[in-house]
Amino acid sequence: MFGLSSKHDRTILIVATLFMLLAPVIFNLFPENSALAFFNGGYPDLMQRFAIFAILATGFNILFGLTGYLSFGHAAFLGVGSYSAVWMFKLLGYNVLPAILLSIVVAGLFSVVIGYISLRRSGIYFSILTLAFAEMSYRLAYSVLTPLTNGETGLQVYNSDPQVLAGANSPTSPHLFGIEMSSAFDINLGPWQFTFPVGYYLCAILMLISFYIAIRIFRSPFGLMLRAIKSNQTRMTYTGLNPKPYTLAAFVISGMYAGLAGGLLASMDPLTGAERMQWTASGEVVIMTVLGGAGTLLGPILGAGVIKYLENVFSKMNETLLETWFAFLPDSLQHAVVWVLSKFTGEGWHLTLGLIFMVVIIFLPGGLVEGGQRIGKRFSRRKSSGNDDDNAAASEPAE
Amino acid sequence: MGILEVKGVNKRFGGLQALGDVNLSVQENTVHAIIGPNGAGKSTLLNCLVGKLIPDSGSVSFDGQSVLGRSPFAINQMGISRVFQTPEIFSDLTVLENVMIPCFARRDGTFKLNGIRSVMSQNDMRAKAMAMLEDVNMADKATMHAAAMSRGDKRRLEMAMCLVQDPKMLLLDEPTAGMARADTNNTIDLLKEIKEKRNITIAIIEHDMHVVFSLAERITVLAQGTPLVEDTPENIKGHPKVQEAYLGGNH
Amino acid sequence: MDAFLLQILNGLDKGSAYALIALGLTLIFGTLGVVNFAHGALFMIGAFCAVTLSRILGASYEVIDPTKTDFLGNPAKVQMPYVNDWFGPVAGPALQDWAVPLAILFSIPVMLLVGWIMERGLIKHFYKRPHADQILVTFGLAITLQEIIRNFYGANPIQTPAPEAFTGSVDFGVWLGFAENAIIYPEWRLVYFVFAGIVIAGVFAFLQFTTFGMVVRAGMADRETVGLLGINIDKKFTIMFGIAAAVAGLAGVMYAPINSPNYHMGMDFLVLSFVVVVVGGMGSLPGAVLAGFLLGILESFFSNSSFKGWIIENLYLDGTFLASFIQGIDQIIIYLVAIVILLTRPRGLMGRKGVMED
Repeated sequence: MFGLSSKHDRTILIVATLFMLLAPVIFNLFPENSALAFFNGGYPDLMQRFAIFAILATGFNILFGLTGYLSFGHAAFLGVGSYSAVWMFKLLGYNVLPAILLSIVVAGLFSVVIGYISLRRSGIYFSILTLAFAEMSYRLAYSVLTPLTNGETGLQVYNSDPQVLAGANSPTSPHLFGIEMSSAFDINLGPWQFTFPVGYYLCAILMLISFYIAIRIFRSPFGLMLRAIKSNQTRMTYTGLNPKPYTLAAFVISGMYAGLAGGLLASMDPLTGAERMQWTASGEVVIMTVLGGAGTLLGPILGAGVIKYLENVFSKMNETLLETWFAFLPDSLQHAVVWVLSKFTGEGWHLTLGLIFMVVIIFLPGGLVEGGQRIGKRFSRRKSSGNDDDNAAASEPAE
Repeated sequence: MGILEVKGVNKRFGGLQALGDVNLSVQENTVHAIIGPNGAGKSTLLNCLVGKLIPDSGSVSFDGQSVLGRSPFAINQMGISRVFQTPEIFSDLTVLENVMIPCFARRDGTFKLNGIRSVMSQNDMRAKAMAMLEDVNMADKATMHAAAMSRGDKRRLEMAMCLVQDPKMLLLDEPTAGMARADTNNTIDLLKEIKEKRNITIAIIEHDMHVVFSLAERITVLAQGTPLVEDTPENIKGHPKVQEAYLGGNH
Repeated sequence: MDAFLLQILNGLDKGSAYALIALGLTLIFGTLGVVNFAHGALFMIGAFCAVTLSRILGASYEVIDPTKTDFLGNPAKVQMPYVNDWFGPVAGPALQDWAVPLAILFSIPVMLLVGWIMERGLIKHFYKRPHADQILVTFGLAITLQEIIRNFYGANPIQTPAPEAFTGSVDFGVWLGFAENAIIYPEWRLVYFVFAGIVIAGVFAFLQFTTFGMVVRAGMADRETVGLLGINIDKKFTIMFGIAAAVAGLAGVMYAPINSPNYHMGMDFLVLSFVVVVVGGMGSLPGAVLAGFLLGILESFFSNSSFKGWIIENLYLDGTFLASFIQGIDQIIIYLVAIVILLTRPRGLMGRKGVMED
C-alpha cells in the first residue's frame, strides 16, 4: 500500500491517519461541563498548531535526525513562509492554495542560499552559522526590511490591498475555494461536545502528506545516505559519495517543510510578525524533535503534540485555579503548594519546558520514543522470561 | 604502462620534504606492496593517490586519467577503493546497510536524489549486497549493528564494502596494524582469496614483513620520501640498500 | 576625527561586554571542549546580582517623619532603609549608592558557586557525549535559568543606577585637545571599559604567570598529552569553569547600569558572543578579546546616522531600496561580517588549526 514495503511503516501511517482524523474527539475526551474538561485540548487553535508544528518538526528531523546537522535557524524558514503567504493574501486574495505554494517555494529558495553557505562548515560551526543567519533574518524582518515585512507592527491584510483574484463574493478570511478556514461544525453527544474545524483538517491532511513523504525519504537510498553522513563522512567520501549535495538536499527539504508550516500558520490567522523568526522559536523546534526522539519517524510528531498540549494546559493554570484544586489541604499547606506550583505554571510554563527538556537530554537522549521502546522491551522480556535474544531488536530500524 | 602511474611527485610540509621525486608504476592485476620505515612517506603517498592531499609537483594517473585535483569521492568512482588502518565503517547502521551504500554509490554515482523507492524493496541491490556478505562469510550478521561487531569482523566488513563496488584497484593502508598473529593470518588468507577470485589490482602499504612477503608480487621500498628500489620479493629480501634502510640508522 | 573617536568610544562598552563573555566562552571551549549555550545566562545572573544587592541595601521600613507633612497635612510616612540604621545616616546612603560596584564582591562567590554547581552537577556528565547533546543540554539550562530569574524578578527591566559620582559625562575631547563638547562620554561607560580591561588583564596574567595557568594553557593546546603527565587536569578545569562563570558574572554586574537587567539579556548577548568567539577564532583567547572590541566598535560605527548618510551619499544610493537597507544595517552588520569571515577565514582571526573542527 502506498509503496511502503514494510508492514511496520504501513501500520504507523494508518495509526497516524486515524489519530489525526479523530483528533477532535481524542483531545476532547472529557464531557464539556465535567471538572476534567480543563484537560481537553480539542479546540481548533490548539489542534491546528499541533498539526503545523508536527510538520515543522518532521521536516527538522529530516535534517537533524538523519544527518546530525543541528540547525538553530529553522524559525527563519517558518517566518519566511508566513510572510510569503500573507503577501499572497494581500496581492491575490484569501485563497490559501497559492499562499501555501509560494511559502514552500520561497522558503525552499531561501534555504538553498542559507544552506549553501552554512554547510561549508560542519559541527558546532554549522549550528552557530545557522543561529547567526536566523538572528540576522529576524532583525531584517523586524526593522531593516520594513517595506517588505511592515516591521514591528507585523504584516497583515488591509482593505486597500489589491487582492486581484478576489471576487465580489469571496470570503474575507482565508479559505480554500470558498471553504473558510475558520468555519467548523459541532457535534453534541450528550455531555460531550466535539468541534470539527475546517482549518484543522487542512493542516492535518497536509501533515499526513508530509509525514508520508518523510517515511518514503527515511526508507529510501537517499535517506540511507543521510544516515551515512551522520555515521561516518570519511567512509562516505571514500565510497564515492559526495556528502555536500546530500546534506544540502536534506537542508532544503527541511526548509520547505518549515515554509509549509509557516504558510499554514498564516493561513489559519492571516498576520505575521518578526518574532516568529526569533532564534528561541528555532529552539522550540529543536526541543520538540529531541523530546519526541530525533531520527525516529514518530518522535517529532509526538514531541510537537506533547509540547503544544502541555503548553496549553500549563499556561491555563493560574493561581486561582490551583487554589480551588488544593482547597482540600490545610490553609498554610495549600498556600505553600500553590506558591510552588505557580512558579511552574501560567507564565512559568517555560521553566517547566526547560526542565523537561534537560531531563530528557540527560536521561533519555533518544527521546520519548526510546523511552517507550525501553518500556516495551522490558515488558516483552518479562513475558518471554528473557529467552529472546536482543539481536533482532537491536537491528530493527528506528521507527 | 601500469594501471597506476606516479611520476615525479613532490610534497613538502613546511620545511619537511615528505615526498621527493617519487616514481611508481603499479601493473594491472598484481599485488604491489609499498614498504618502508616509519616516516618514510608511505601515508603521504597514499593520501596523494586518493585525493586527500595534492602533490606540489608531479603527476598521478590511474587507468590513463589524471587523478590530481579530483576529490576522494571522484577518485573512488574511477575505481580505487581504500581500506583504512582502523576500519572506517558506518557503525550506526546494520551490516547489510553498510554494504548496500557502496552498491548504490556504484549504481547512482556521487549524488542522486533517490528518494522514492525504499532501500529494502530494491531486490537487485539487496541480492548483490547479500552475495558479497556470503562471500566474506558474514551473511548471518546482516541485520546486526556494525558497531556491535568484533574488530576482525569490522575489517572484513570494510573489505566487503570496498569489493562490492568492483573496484579496479584496492588500496590497503596497513591492514594488519595492531592485529594479533591469528587475525593477521586470517587477513592474509582473505586477501589471497580475493586475489584468486577477482581481476583486481591490490596496492598495499604495510609494515609487517610477514604480510608483505606472503602477498606481494612487486615491492617498492620507500625511505625518507624517495623510492630506494622496486623489485620482486625474492630480490628485495637480500637487497643491501633495504637492509640498510631498515636495520641501520633509522630503525 | 573627533566624530571618528567618538564612534570608537561608543563601541567600547558593548565591545567590553562581548569580549568578557567571549573570553569565558573560549576558556570553556578550550579547556573542557564544551559549547556552553548557558554562558549568556551567567552574564544575566551577574547583572541580577547587582539588582539583588541594590535591593538588599535598599530594603526599608516605614517611619513617621514629624518634620515633614504629606499633602493632607498629616505627618508623612517615609521609607527608612535598614542600612541607615546599621551604618548610620552617612555610610548607609553611601552604601546604597554604591550598590553596583559593591556587587562585584558579592557576585564573585555567587558566580564561582554557580559555576561549580553547573560543571560538577551537569556539564561534567557531557564531556563524552556528542557536541549536539552538549549544545542541547546547556540550551535547556539557559532556558531554565532565565525563567527562574523571571519568576523571581518579573519580566520588566529593572533600573539599577550607577553610583551618583559616575552618572555624569566626561568631556573626553578637551583632554585630547579637541573642541569642547566634541566628545562627550558617559562616565560609567568609561568605568566599564577600564574595569573590563582590568579583568581581561587579570585573566591573562593569571594564565601567563601562575603554574595553574600554565597547566590550563597546556591543556588547551593538547588535552590528552597533559592528561598523560598525570596532572589532575579535571579539577583544574572545574576551577577554570568557575573562573569563566565569574568573568561573565562580573561583566553582567557592571553592565547593569548601562542596560537595565531583564531576564532575556543573557540570550541576547549569547548569540552575539558566539559570533564574537567564531570571528576571533575558536579556542583563541586573544582572538576573543580582539573580536569582541572590533565588533563592538563596528556596530557603533554603523549605528551612526551621519556615517550611514555618508555611505549612502557617496555610493549614490539616495532614495533607493538599498538606502533604507543601509539605514538599518547596524542591526545586522555583526552577522554579515561574521558570515564573511567564517567563509573566507574559517578559523577566524586568530584561530588555531584543528580546534573544534567536526
